[in-house]
Amino acid sequence: MKLIVNGEALEITATTLAALLAALDYEGDWLATAVNSDLVHKAHRAEFHLSDGDRIEILSPMQGG
Amino acid sequence: MLELFGTTLPSRLLLGTAQYPSPAILADAVKASGTSVVTVSLRREMAGGKAGEKFWALISALGTKILPNTAGCHSVKEAVTTAKMAREVFGMNWIKLEVIGNHDTLQPDVFGLVEAARILSEDGFSVFPYTTDDLVVAERLLEAGCKVLMPWCAPIGSALGPVNIPALRSMRAHFPDVPLIVDAGLGRPSHAATVMELGFDAVLLNTAVAKAADPVGMARAFGKAVEAGHEAFRSGMLEPREVAMPSTPTFGRAVFA
Repeated sequence: MKLIVNGEALEITATTLAALLAALDYEGDWLATAVNSDLVHKAHRAEFHLSDGDRIEILSPMQGG
Repeated sequence: MLELFGTTLPSRLLLGTAQYPSPAILADAVKASGTSVVTVSLRREMAGGKAGEKFWALISALGTKILPNTAGCHSVKEAVTTAKMAREVFGMNWIKLEVIGNHDTLQPDVFGLVEAARILSEDGFSVFPYTTDDLVVAERLLEAGCKVLMPWCAPIGSALGPVNIPALRSMRAHFPDVPLIVDAGLGRPSHAATVMELGFDAVLLNTAVAKAADPVGMARAFGKAVEAGHEAFRSGMLEPREVAMPSTPTFGRAVFA
């Protein structure tokens, strides 16, 4: 399935958000995820099923003003 | 001391964490400034979680309060989702709300700002809105649930300092009981002292410290200026007058002629 992850088009076999993070080697407590512009809570990632064309944002703390 | 949303803050300077020459200089500048609150952002994680984790380790070691921002958001939806993501990552309700209306001036979209402020306030956020010095917008933000206002004094990163002092003075007079924080546009410590002398409760700045030749020295200088300006405001300053008045007593002056 084709997904847009942090602006990049990827071909992915993972079907849930948690599986996607694992497949892309994301780990740690300092991540926030959104699918199609809506927050997906950490606790809901395992049961959140992805669909072809979904836009996923994976964010973490950075410098800011 | 400054109290915001039930939290007492020893310092009236809020400091941004972007654009420093190195993480070590950022940490030293935060310490030198004496700040109680630093701002942070959320950005795309490109290192599997390690970039954010490393930055977070640096920030959390500073022991200050964290104020996440929605910098760079140009729509209500973007700002609201970013705020919710920040709440999940940082585990707190504080959010510096930015809804940018213009790419060049980085002027806030005040219409979107009010809408986003209402949505987030109703959702339990403590919203710190980055706004203009417009009084009607300020009133709408308070109606939307904001308990603090953060007007710019000049465009973000411009270092111009307070370009419209009468507007800031008027804002202070209109909202005597609302914490007012000047956010954006400060370039030098005297600018910070000026707005504090007007009675503003605090200032938030970043570029003026981060891009100084010596960010640590400049952070310390801003810390002192904010304190001096606030104490001057509380101490009652003289009104300027256009005629001279001797400071030494004229009574008892010797006459030699």
